[in-house]
Amino acid sequence: MSGSILSQGFLPQVAFIIVVGLTFCGAIIAVFHRNILYNVLGLALALAGVAALYVFLGSLFIGLMQLLIYVGAICIAMVFAIMLSRPVHLPKPKRKISKIATGVFAGLLILGVNIGVIYKTAWQPAAERKIDWSVKTIGDFLLTKYVLVFEVISLVLLVAMLGAIIISRFNGRVSS
Amino acid sequence: MNSLTLYLLISAVLFSFGLIGVMMRRSLIAILVSIELMLNAASLNFMAFNKFLSPDTSIGQIYTLFIMGIAAAEAAIALSIFLALFRQLRSINIERARELRG
Repeated sequence: MSGSILSQGFLPQVAFIIVVGLTFCGAIIAVFHRNILYNVLGLALALAGVAALYVFLGSLFIGLMQLLIYVGAICIAMVFAIMLSRPVHLPKPKRKISKIATGVFAGLLILGVNIGVIYKTAWQPAAERKIDWSVKTIGDFLLTKYVLVFEVISLVLLVAMLGAIIISRFNGRVSS
Repeated sequence: MNSLTLYLLISAVLFSFGLIGVMMRRSLIAILVSIELMLNAASLNFMAFNKFLSPDTSIGQIYTLFIMGIAAAEAAIALSIFLALFRQLRSINIERARELRG
């Protein structure tokens, strides 16, 4: 999957703008809406938009993985957690204006710093670049050069799943 | 549209939304949602650098895969902690979870 096909012409540009708009809409819903279920659905929209951006960046494989893992697994797990916890129709406490102000101020500060860094830095590509988007190369790297990280991540996932089961099974019987 | 700066700007905006969410919201699940947004901004940065700058275009994809694995583990453990906390406190409001306050 090469990115250069997708980056020329009028139609891909329109598609790109739509994708970015959907991503930001999803992020806004995920952060600012009061209903927690809408938050998770907005997160799913934003994650799907990021997956489309990955396709624009030339990697169909990572985009599909994003859809599978994030939208398909993590968002659904969050919906289950919402269903098992507080009912969504109960009245919610009002937001404190000081907390909103602090959050927006910190967000804008970090955004300004980031934009400054992006524009001040002279980005230089590596001297010699290997352009290889095939999945086979990723597999080769995962089983040769990055095999230790790969194994450690599988161990971390196993331990996290076991820990999740154990934590959510002990219910109040254990005294604190 | 095909420039590194554009992708970095998108990622910076996403990260800021996540940060605002973490600082503003009180529901623990909403905070987890915001953290996922921030992780995605980081992954998008990796992929953009991978496309435009890196010496080998496989490595950024591999790192993005690793970030996804870590995020899945983190979400699983965090959601189970929320459930345990809900059973204890009957609430997932972060301002009620003050037993460990020093």
